[in-house]
Amino acid sequence: MNSVKKVVEMRGITKRFPGIIANDSITLSVGKGEIHALLGENGAGKSTLMNILFGLYQPDEGEILINEKVVQITSPKIANDLGIGMVHQHFMLVETFTVTENIVLGNEPKNGLKIDIQSAEKAVEKLSNQYGLKVDPRAKIQDISVGMQQRVEILKTLYRGADILIFDEPTAVLTPQEIHELIEIMHNLVKEGKTIILITHKLKEIMAVCDAVTIIRRGKVIDSVLVKDTNPDDLAAKMVGREVNFRVDKTEAKPKDTILAVEKLTAMGNRGVNALNNLSLEVRAGEILGIAGVDGNGQSELIEVLTGLRKATSGRVLLNGKEITNQSPRNISESGLSHIPEDRHKRGLVLDFTMSENMVLETYFHPTFCKGGFLDYGAIDKHAAKLIEEFDVRTPSIYTPARALSGGNQQKAIIAREVDKNPDLLIAAQPTRGLDVGAIEFIHRRLIDQRDQGKAVLLLSLELDEVINLSDRIAVIYEGAIVGIVDAKSTSEQELGLMMSGGKVMQGGGNDE
Amino acid sequence: MNRVIAVFTKESFLVPAVAIILGLLTGAIAMLAGGFNPIDAYTALLKKVFGNAYNFGETIRQITPLIFTGLAVAFAFRTGLFNIGAEGQFIVGMIASTVVGVSFDLPAIIHAPLAIIAGAVAGGLWGAIAGYLKAARGVNEVITSIMLNWVALYFANWVMNAFFIPAGKQTSEEVKDSAIITIGWLAEMFDNARLHWGTLIAVLAAIFFYIILWKTKSGFELRSVGLNPHASEYAGMNVNRNVVKAMFIGGMFAGIGGATEILGVFHYQAIMTQHTGYGFDGIAVALIGGNTPFGVILAAILFGVLTFGASGMQFSAGVPFELIRVVIASVIFFVAAHGIVKMFIKPILKKKKEGGN
Repeated sequence: MNSVKKVVEMRGITKRFPGIIANDSITLSVGKGEIHALLGENGAGKSTLMNILFGLYQPDEGEILINEKVVQITSPKIANDLGIGMVHQHFMLVETFTVTENIVLGNEPKNGLKIDIQSAEKAVEKLSNQYGLKVDPRAKIQDISVGMQQRVEILKTLYRGADILIFDEPTAVLTPQEIHELIEIMHNLVKEGKTIILITHKLKEIMAVCDAVTIIRRGKVIDSVLVKDTNPDDLAAKMVGREVNFRVDKTEAKPKDTILAVEKLTAMGNRGVNALNNLSLEVRAGEILGIAGVDGNGQSELIEVLTGLRKATSGRVLLNGKEITNQSPRNISESGLSHIPEDRHKRGLVLDFTMSENMVLETYFHPTFCKGGFLDYGAIDKHAAKLIEEFDVRTPSIYTPARALSGGNQQKAIIAREVDKNPDLLIAAQPTRGLDVGAIEFIHRRLIDQRDQGKAVLLLSLELDEVINLSDRIAVIYEGAIVGIVDAKSTSEQELGLMMSGGKVMQGGGNDE
Repeated sequence: MNRVIAVFTKESFLVPAVAIILGLLTGAIAMLAGGFNPIDAYTALLKKVFGNAYNFGETIRQITPLIFTGLAVAFAFRTGLFNIGAEGQFIVGMIASTVVGVSFDLPAIIHAPLAIIAGAVAGGLWGAIAGYLKAARGVNEVITSIMLNWVALYFANWVMNAFFIPAGKQTSEEVKDSAIITIGWLAEMFDNARLHWGTLIAVLAAIFFYIILWKTKSGFELRSVGLNPHASEYAGMNVNRNVVKAMFIGGMFAGIGGATEILGVFHYQAIMTQHTGYGFDGIAVALIGGNTPFGVILAAILFGVLTFGASGMQFSAGVPFELIRVVIASVIFFVAAHGIVKMFIKPILKKKKEGGN
C-alpha cells in the first residue's frame, strides 16, 4: 500500500452545519488505481465529505491533497480541472437531448459558430469503447434505460478528463444485471489507470469490487481497512455500531387458507403491449410468497392491478374468496389489503403533509377520524403518536412534514401505517430499497411478524438475497407470467437466476397450476 | 390554533412583506427616473385613500372583489390547479345575479341571497367546465380557463343585449330593490361610498376557505391531490373528482364576487368592451397572499389601496397612473423571485437565530 502513490488525501476535515458536526476531523487516503469505498449509514456524513472534495462545500478545518499537492477546491470547476469527476445518484441529464449532446453540454467543441457534433460523437464513441461502456452516442436520453443513463454520466466525467471518479450510491437505481455490468465497468476504469471512490451502504458491493474501505459513523472515521482483511459482518458492525443480524431468523411457515388467488391475469403495460400474460398465483395465510425477477418483467404492473391502480384486461383476482378485480383502490384497501408501494415518494407519502396526516392517508374518512365531514385532528394526532412510538419512527414531531425525514424513517412510517390497517394481505414492494442495514433489519423483522400473526405477505424485491431470506416460497416472474414456484429453503441463486432469465420451467407450480 | 400561527412563521410572512417594500422602492426609482418626487407621490396616494370618508369607503369597495378572485385562484392552486379563469367566473356570476335580480319579484330576505347563490353556482359551474375537461380529457386547465374568460365576456354581452337591455341603451334595467345588498346606513356614514354586504361575505368566504381545506375530509382530499396526485390515487382518493370539485369551489368564490359587484355597487349590468380585470388581479393577489385565506385578504387590501390611491397620485402629484402598475409588477416580481428577497432578509434572520440561542 505504501509504495502506491496517493492521489487523494483528506486530512482532518471538519465541517459543521448549524446544530451538527457533519464531518469531525475525517482523514481519508486513496491510492492510485484503487477502488475505495466510503461506507456509512444514511446521514453518516459520506456525501458531505465527497461534496467537499468536489468543491460544493468548503471545509471548516483540514486540508486536501491531490496527487500529493495541497489544493484549495473552491468550486466544482476547480475539482474538474484537478481531474475529479462525480457521478451523482440523481442524474443530471436533458431527456430530449442525445447522449453526445448531454456529454458535451457546457463544453461544446466548435467548428466556427456551429457545434461540431460529428467529432464529438466520434470522441464519445472512442471513450465508450475504451472502457467497455457500449453507449450509442446518437441515442436520446429518454429512450435509454436507467443503467445506460448512468453510463452517460460516467462518460461525461471521462470526457472532461477525470482521473478520480466519485460514485454516489451508483447501484441504488440499478437492476441486478446492471449492477454486474457496472462492476465490470469499474474494473475497466481502474485498469485504464483511473481511481474510484464509491459511496455506498451495500456491503456486498464493497466485498465484490473494492480494494479498501473507510467506515464513517456519525461524522467520524471508525476504521479504514483493506477489503481482503475484513468480512461483511465486521463491516456492518462497524457501520451501525452494534452486531447486525443478516440471516433473518424465522420459524417454519404454517400456511393456512388461501388469501389471495390470482387467476390468468392479463394486463396492458405503459407501452401498450401486454405486461401480464395469463399470470396465476396464490398466497396463503401465514406465508411469505416472494416474487423474483429481472426488473421490467411485469412486477410493477402486477402490483398495480392487485391494488386497483391499473385495469386488468382479463382474468380474476380474489381476496378471501371475494372478487376484487378492477375495483377501486379504496374498495380493495377496505377489503383487507395493505400495500407498501415500491416508490415511497411518488405513491407512499404526501411529502408536504405532516407525519400525522400521512399516517391516516388511507383511513382519514373512518368514523374514528372523521365526524360529519369534519376531521378530528385530536384523534388523528393521537393515532400518529402511537404508531410513531410503536415503530420507532425518528421524527422531531408528528407535525413535521414527511419530506424532512430520512428514507429509512419514511419507510418505517409507511410500514407502520400499512400494518396498522390490520390487513389480511400485505403487499411489500421493494420494502428496503435505498435503506441502510439497521433499517433493513427492522423492516424484515416486521414482515416476518406479520406472517407469524397469520397474515399473507406478498413480497416483491429486485434484491435476490432479500427474496431468498424472507420468503417461504418463491415465484419467478418472466415476461409477465410465473415461470415456476420453488421452495425458498431448497433453492439457490443459480437456479433462480436461470429461471429469471427465462432459462427453463422448473419443478412445481407454473401458470396452469 | 398552532396552524393559524404557522401562517405567520418568519418566512411566509416576511418574504411578502419585504417584497412589498422592495416593490415600493423600485417604483420610487422609476418615479425618480421620470423626474417625479416619489415621496410626494406616495403621500398623495395615502392621502387619497385615507384622506376622507368617501374615498376610504370606495377603497373598501375596490378591495372586496379582489378578495373573491384571490380566493378563487388560491383555492384551485391548493389542489394543484392554476385557475386563470377567475375573470370568466366573475363575469358569469355577474350575469346570473343580474338575471335573478331583474327578472324576479321576491321579498328581500329571499331575493338578495337567491341572486348571490345564482352567481355562486354560475361561477362554480363555469370553473367546473375547465375542471371537467382536465379530468375527463386531460386538457390543461390554464388553456381552457383562459379561453373561457373570453367566452364569458361575449356570452355576457349577448345575454344582456338579447334579453335585458332595452333598445337604444347600453345598460340593463336596474335590479329590483329587493335584490340590492348596499348597506344604506354605512354608505351614508361614508359619504355615500358604495359599501355593501359583499365585503362581509368576502371575509366569511375566506373563513370558509380555511375551514374547508384544513378542517374537513373534503379539504384533506383536495390538499392531498394538490400535493401528490399519485399518492392520493394510491390512498384511494378520486383524483378527477377532486379536480372538478376544486374548480367548482374556486369558481364559486369568483362568482359571488361578480354577483356582489352587481348587487352592491352598480345595480345594473353594462355592455362590456373589455374584461373587468378583477380575475387577473386575483392571480397576483393569490400569489402575494401565499395562497392562504388570510394572506389573500391582506394582499387584496394592498392591491386595492395601491390601485385606488393611484388616481390621487396622478391628480395631486402629477405622477402618471401607470406607474402604480410598475410598483405592483415589482411586488409580484419580488414575491415570485423569493430567492432574491431571502438574500435581503438573510442577515435579519441570522441575527434573530443567534439572539435566540
